[in-house]
Amino acid sequence: MTSSQFWMIWPGNAMASALILFAIAMPFLYAARKVVHELFRSIGHMIGGPLRLGARWLFATARDMKERNKAVLLAHGNEEVGQHIQREFERVGALVTRDLEGYPALQRKVLDEITRVEEDYKKCGEVPPPPPDWVEAVSGIAKIKSEHSEMVKRILEEIKRSVDSIHAKALEEYRRAYQSRHKILNGFMPFWRSLDKTMGQVDKKLTGLQDTSARIDAQMEKYEQINKKTDKAEHALTVSAFTQFAISALVLMIATGGALINFKLIALPMSEMVGAGDYLTGGLRTSEVAALVIIFVEATMGLFLMESLRITHLFPRIANLNEQMRRRMLWISLTLLVTLAGIEAALALMRDMLIADKQALLQSLASAQQAAPADPLLARIPTAGQMLLGFILPFALAFVAVPLESFIYSARTVGGAALVMLVRVVAFVLRVLGNLVRQLCKVLTTLYDVTIVLPLLIERVVKATRGGAAGASRPARGT
Amino acid sequence: MIKPMLVASLLASAAVMSSCTDQRSHTQAVYMLVDTSGTYAQEVRKAQVIINYLLGTLQPGDSLAVARVKSRSFSEKDIIAKVTFDNQPSRANVQKRAFKDKIDAFVKSVGGSAYTDITGGLIQGAMFLNETGAGTKTILIFSDMQEELDKATIRDFPIKLQDIRVVALNVVKLKTDNIDPRRYIGRLEAWQKRVVAAGASEWRIVNDIERLDAVLGRG
Repeated sequence: MTSSQFWMIWPGNAMASALILFAIAMPFLYAARKVVHELFRSIGHMIGGPLRLGARWLFATARDMKERNKAVLLAHGNEEVGQHIQREFERVGALVTRDLEGYPALQRKVLDEITRVEEDYKKCGEVPPPPPDWVEAVSGIAKIKSEHSEMVKRILEEIKRSVDSIHAKALEEYRRAYQSRHKILNGFMPFWRSLDKTMGQVDKKLTGLQDTSARIDAQMEKYEQINKKTDKAEHALTVSAFTQFAISALVLMIATGGALINFKLIALPMSEMVGAGDYLTGGLRTSEVAALVIIFVEATMGLFLMESLRITHLFPRIANLNEQMRRRMLWISLTLLVTLAGIEAALALMRDMLIADKQALLQSLASAQQAAPADPLLARIPTAGQMLLGFILPFALAFVAVPLESFIYSARTVGGAALVMLVRVVAFVLRVLGNLVRQLCKVLTTLYDVTIVLPLLIERVVKATRGGAAGASRPARGT
Repeated sequence: MIKPMLVASLLASAAVMSSCTDQRSHTQAVYMLVDTSGTYAQEVRKAQVIINYLLGTLQPGDSLAVARVKSRSFSEKDIIAKVTFDNQPSRANVQKRAFKDKIDAFVKSVGGSAYTDITGGLIQGAMFLNETGAGTKTILIFSDMQEELDKATIRDFPIKLQDIRVVALNVVKLKTDNIDPRRYIGRLEAWQKRVVAAGASEWRIVNDIERLDAVLGRG
């Protein structure tokens, strides 16, 4: 008998042996039923309880974190929108100062022009010619019969001739007066045009003011939403933070590419300054570290420059500096940046010279026929390009501060949201595991009962018999 | 009070900096033995190409020495040129040019010797390399590896080549090798055994100069 067959009561027949052992064990299993059920229940509670507790704690933590994130987000949004509104008000103030400051002069000009126009209008008013005093006398004479009197006829003819000449004179005068009035009216035109232009300017300025007011209204509405801590405001700010995060990450990646190019440009010439044989770590030369340090210092100076210009607000200490100190800091960081840019340009030139020297050495070592020297102008273009690049890149790197600030601020929101999501997922998994363990224990309890189904059936029959006997005896006792 | 604190902080920062610096040597030292005995002296032009290649490959801070193998080679006089390149690349280039001039002059004036003392050259090379303190030490033997010593010269004793790579270059076959290749194979195996027994970190044979890149690559 091998060691694996020691349990076989019926040697060679594993099935029969197992059945016999099972039959022997069944009464004991039945006897231990309550204890085993209790054991399974305890195990279920022992494992499932902490899991569920952990899940509940994690959900609560996620809720707290979400609240905290919301508070931070709203505070940041509040600050940002507040600054925006402040800027808009400053813009309106500047607009009012610039445009409406000259408004009294403008008004005076308009009034003067209107007065002149009125005066001229009055001048060109039509004055009816006064009726001549002799009209009545002439009408009296005209009633005299002249058919038979030669004298009367002659008098009337004389009167007619005089009246005709007077009429012609009056008509001429009347025409002259109209002509002068037309001249006055013609003189109106520039005044009208000037008036129209002035009114147009006023209209334009007022429309601009109206647009700015509309923008302020929109910002104020947003500000109110944030102050009310509405979900809409939170959602809008979160979306905005995610967008900012993506954009700033993209810009930072581009800036990293620029920094790498910058590094390549100055790493070789730095070996001329600090030596090419020194290593800080296994694969990192001191010259490479020096080049990196220069680039980082440039980026830092750029950061300080942006802080001093109040474009970024990463360092509250700098933002709170008084105006004089801020100006000093601005000039110091700008001077250092320009100096570093100059150094980089010089290093770029040195790099070109070193490469040319190395190339010449390699050509002489190869004993190959010397190549014809390149056109000096062509040779100078890459050198000038490298120097220019070396000078420009530090200033380009200085602007990294702007996306960096956006990245840092938006990373708080994005990271917070991601963390909340992670905690929720873990909590969900723990909850599922807890439930799974509890259900598993229930299944095991049922399975245990299935294995001892025979004694359980017997128990049920016995109980039924006893119940039946008791039921039968009870009425008999009663009778 | 402030002054001692300042001095202490400077000392501390210097200590931190020095502890950050990698103390291992990253430089490379190459000692090249050029066989000038008998008919092999004709191959010296090929050796010049290899030396030029080394000059183009080695970096500032590295060391290079070229010595000839003749009847008795355990002497500083046999070193044709030796240099440790300056840390500044521009100065290193100037040194490389001067080194090349020396080698050119040697190639023009080289004459054959009666015997071939490779072992003496190896001992001399090992001493030079150990003095440089370089991180990677290599001896290049430009020879047919056929050692011939006069009766007075004693070289049959164990040599020490700890942490040194030994590379045999351009090991041409002799007329006798052509008759019986086992002589060639046996000669190389004997050298391998001797070099490994001397504690060399590596033994290689490179007959194709194009493959020198892989051998001299920085480890």
